[in-house]
Amino acid sequence: MPPTTTPAPGVETGASYDAERPYALHPQVSLRPESFGALAYHFGTRRLSFLKSRTLLAVVESLALQPSGLEACRAAGVPPEELGAYQQALRALADSGMICERVA
Amino acid sequence: MTVTVPSAGIRLVDRFEQGLDAPICLTWELTYACNLACVHCLSSSGRRDPRELSTDEGKALIDEFERMQIFYVNIGGGEPTIRSDFWELVDHATAHHVGVKFSTNGSRITEEVAVRLAGSDYVDVQISLDGATAEINDAVRGDGSFATAVTAMERLAAAGFAGFKLSVVVTRHNVGQLDGFKAIADRYGAQLRLTRLRPSGRGADVWDELHPTAGQQRELYDWLVARGQDVLTGDSFFHLAAYGGALPGLNLCGAGRVVCLVDPVGDVYACPFAIHDEFLAGNVRSSGGFTSVWRQSDLFTELRAPQNAGACGSCGHYDACRGGCMAAKFFTGLPLDGPDPECVLGHGEHALDARGDVEAPRPSPDHSSRPRRVPVALTPGRRPGRQCDQSPLAGSVPDLGDD
Repeated sequence: MPPTTTPAPGVETGASYDAERPYALHPQVSLRPESFGALAYHFGTRRLSFLKSRTLLAVVESLALQPSGLEACRAAGVPPEELGAYQQALRALADSGMICERVA
Repeated sequence: MTVTVPSAGIRLVDRFEQGLDAPICLTWELTYACNLACVHCLSSSGRRDPRELSTDEGKALIDEFERMQIFYVNIGGGEPTIRSDFWELVDHATAHHVGVKFSTNGSRITEEVAVRLAGSDYVDVQISLDGATAEINDAVRGDGSFATAVTAMERLAAAGFAGFKLSVVVTRHNVGQLDGFKAIADRYGAQLRLTRLRPSGRGADVWDELHPTAGQQRELYDWLVARGQDVLTGDSFFHLAAYGGALPGLNLCGAGRVVCLVDPVGDVYACPFAIHDEFLAGNVRSSGGFTSVWRQSDLFTELRAPQNAGACGSCGHYDACRGGCMAAKFFTGLPLDGPDPECVLGHGEHALDARGDVEAPRPSPDHSSRPRRVPVALTPGRRPGRQCDQSPLAGSVPDLGDD
């Protein structure tokens, strides 16, 4: 399967994300909105990630203003049946250091 | 991930093939001047071109990159550090939120430079080496170049620069040294990067004798699958995907779609491996600047239109390899809508045999002439896609095509 559809090899999943905790975009990450969603580039790890929906971009952009990752998804209008997929996406972003837990 | 996200129904690769408002990354060759004369140099570098961009023009270009939100540029040459304003341009880029990765033969990586590089999060460096031994390397890159590169790596490691890149063009003579390259990279805390030999620039002269054999390509692929987890490839081996599974990367030809090349005189080409009038989209000195070339040039518009699989249309592997590398086809005299010369199914070899006495196009040294039309046939339809990826996040890539 092409890696553009899976987490990067060697990236652990699940350990660094807690849906109930507050997150923010890593200070070394830049977002570039695109019609399909956004590009995210981490200047520290020099990795590029692809956010494949504008909704996910809205979620990531609002993380710093919301009390938790889950609330950021709800506030961005993610429907209940898609919350799982968006939590997975945030987990992958946390695992790759694109987003990080913030001190509330 | 299997949960449906309705807005993510279109494959990212299809989006990228239609082009973006700005490149994901681009290669910027600062000068054609070089203290080496590598036999496979894809930009036929050696002497400085008197028309090269000035410092002010370079800075203005960086400002444009910043406005377009281009995250980073791959700076190359020639040997970019030869330019007296090299650090001035690097500092201007990082001050304007444009990251820099530059390729060098290592000759100007002094201890002071190594310390300076180790202290910057926004500058990455890539040391070129084309043999894991001096014998193999120097035959391609010139006498003493192995020692020069090793000294540079020692200095970077001593300065505490972790994760710089050791960049290798895979050839018939070094493909058996992959473990050796990995060991060198590990020794200096570097990350190994393997890229494909293209018949571009002076590479056209030596491609026949230097490109890996069919059997070696298979070995390379197997090595990358088995040992290549932390090895970068610049997305350059996507033609090998037809062996059975894609290697890490976007796995598409990004030329004029998500990547491009700005050469030392400001000419914008579709990719670093296509320095030829045929792939010249415009010049950054023109009225609309780089932005206009990227967004409006006839060539890039054409490259972003649906492409015809041509002779590859009946092949069951087309969706994996996408017909391979445009530049590799062009400079070996093959039609762009047919197989890559290194097609893993052997179709490229047959096509090469069938060329007869047709002369392959020569790299064009004159950057000022008008681009000719790229002979790609256009069709309105798109091929049926692979299964749509339905996750809202589409993973990440560490490295896109550059030199």
